Amino acid sequence: MANDGVDKGRRRFLTATTAVVGGAGIAMAAVPFIKSWQPSARAKTAGAPVEADISKLEVGQMVTYEWRGQPIWIIHRTQAQLDALPSQDSRLKDPNSSVEDQQPKFAQNEHRSRKPELLVLVGLCTHLGCSPKFHGELVPEPFDPDWKGGFFCPCHKSRFDMAGRVYDGVPAPTNLVVPPYYFIDDTHIMIGAAEGAA
Amino acid sequence: MANRLTQAVTGMQEWFNDRAPSFGPFYAKHMTSYYAPKNFNIWYIFGVLSMVVLINQIVTGIFLTMFFKPSAAEAFASVEYIMRDVEWGWLIRYMHSTGASAFFVVVYIHMFRGVMYGSYKKPRELVWLLGMLIYLVLMAEAFMGYVLPWGQMSFWGAKVIISLFGAIPYVGTALTEWIMGDYLPSDATLNRFFALHVIALPLVLLLLVVLHIFALHEVGSNNPDGVEIKKGPKGNRWSSSAPADGIPFHPYFTVKDTFYTGCFLLICAFIIFFQPTFGGLFLEHDNFIEANRLVTPVHIKPTWYYTPFYAMLRVVPNKLAGVLTMFSAILVLFFLPWLDRGKVKSWRYRGTGFRVALFVLGICFVWLGKIGSGPGTDPVETIIGRFLTAAYFGFFIFLWVYTAFGFEKTKAVPERVNGHD
Repeated sequence: MANDGVDKGRRRFLTATTAVVGGAGIAMAAVPFIKSWQPSARAKTAGAPVEADISKLEVGQMVTYEWRGQPIWIIHRTQAQLDALPSQDSRLKDPNSSVEDQQPKFAQNEHRSRKPELLVLVGLCTHLGCSPKFHGELVPEPFDPDWKGGFFCPCHKSRFDMAGRVYDGVPAPTNLVVPPYYFIDDTHIMIGAAEGAA
Repeated sequence: MANRLTQAVTGMQEWFNDRAPSFGPFYAKHMTSYYAPKNFNIWYIFGVLSMVVLINQIVTGIFLTMFFKPSAAEAFASVEYIMRDVEWGWLIRYMHSTGASAFFVVVYIHMFRGVMYGSYKKPRELVWLLGMLIYLVLMAEAFMGYVLPWGQMSFWGAKVIISLFGAIPYVGTALTEWIMGDYLPSDATLNRFFALHVIALPLVLLLLVVLHIFALHEVGSNNPDGVEIKKGPKGNRWSSSAPADGIPFHPYFTVKDTFYTGCFLLICAFIIFFQPTFGGLFLEHDNFIEANRLVTPVHIKPTWYYTPFYAMLRVVPNKLAGVLTMFSAILVLFFLPWLDRGKVKSWRYRGTGFRVALFVLGICFVWLGKIGSGPGTDPVETIIGRFLTAAYFGFFIFLWVYTAFGFEKTKAVPERVNGHD
């Protein structure tokens, strides 16, 4: 068994082809395992749109629904809160809602909603996903002496105005998210779809 | 009679050695013929202590899996069941939860020791890198373990930490959904974290620990003087070729380590029996409330061993920059052996600049830890936190400039370890 008889070209070819085929096989076999971590069919079904009844929502009140495990706030804003919105523009990061991913097209306006008085928001801070607290009163707060109502995140001190727009100088990078929604009738909102027949 | 017994034992030994001739030399290489420097001080017990804690975590962990239910609906109740109804369940769980914090205590001291005495320097860079990998895996392991009881802090901590990956441009959201298996931390998340926590990561951890020790035993241990005993004179009582300043790990250091392990276990027992939550540091108060995805706790904070890095995340005003700062703070430690160009290992003989800088680094780390565990409302504290973060990274820049351009005025390093006779 001397080395003289070794066919080096054949050996190299076999080593290379085995490595390539084996490598491709491992890569293919990894796909099912990686894909198994995706949200399952059950998780996706549970993420279907949710209907909200707002017939009992008084002016100034907030009601929380749940969609995809996220708190969805529906707030009936007071006239004072709406009137104060333009006054905050100079203190905001994105007063005109120009970051498109943060709201559907229909909410890219001053009040960030379909109907001016009714605000619908995903109640999660855009910083790290805590749920901010609702501070609706237009009174000085410890975290902001010039407070005109809005939301304050207790985790990392991000502040948002009464349209969910983020203030300058806080860790949250963008405005609060407006979810897709539409009015079924005057007292019912479908959350999770922007158009009817979802 | 005694003769017969001796014969039987010798016979069995021979039988075994005939069939596995490499076991004896393997044991000798790592125990009785592993010559460790004789000048080890108390800073050198923490490697062994971390192994003791690791064994504690594995044993208590195995027993906890016998009673724990890894589902969002049952996890919290099953932990309460362990605490109240399982005989001695409370002890097993507190041993595991106290062990987690004790792990980080001994690992942080172990790492600090490495920097004090230059144990990461040539020829021990690989030992340091493997140690850093252990630290990384340990952080992941502890994080996933903390999610399992499914308390408020488990849930919200998971949410915050997973959302860090959401800061990655383009793939962020898809990545977080892939990690969670849902649109929020849920049953799927808890279930997979359980699998990773009890099987995948412990296996990786054990493999890394074995490699860490093998890599160490190839090059030999450093010591408080930073003197290479292998380069010194040869010959001691046990071997003519062994370093003169080395003594066998077994029995000399096994005895010393056993004594200190006793002291260490005494402290741990005190915590387990009298202060198992350690004032909310080891087990946070909010985690005694079941997870509720619609109610955020007033202060979301990670357990104490992450808080220095969490503080860095919080004081940086931009999310992506904050995440990068936090991960860089850990990543930079990997490069320590190459950032430090100084030839002298131990701080006993290094320049004053190094000693002061290391002292400052220690203060930065502890103070950041304090800021990270607080509410974070104080704007002054945020400013302080930014200074401390800058100082933390400043240490590494300073160290490189100080050593690479010859600013360091070192003292003469002795030929042999102190008290070698």
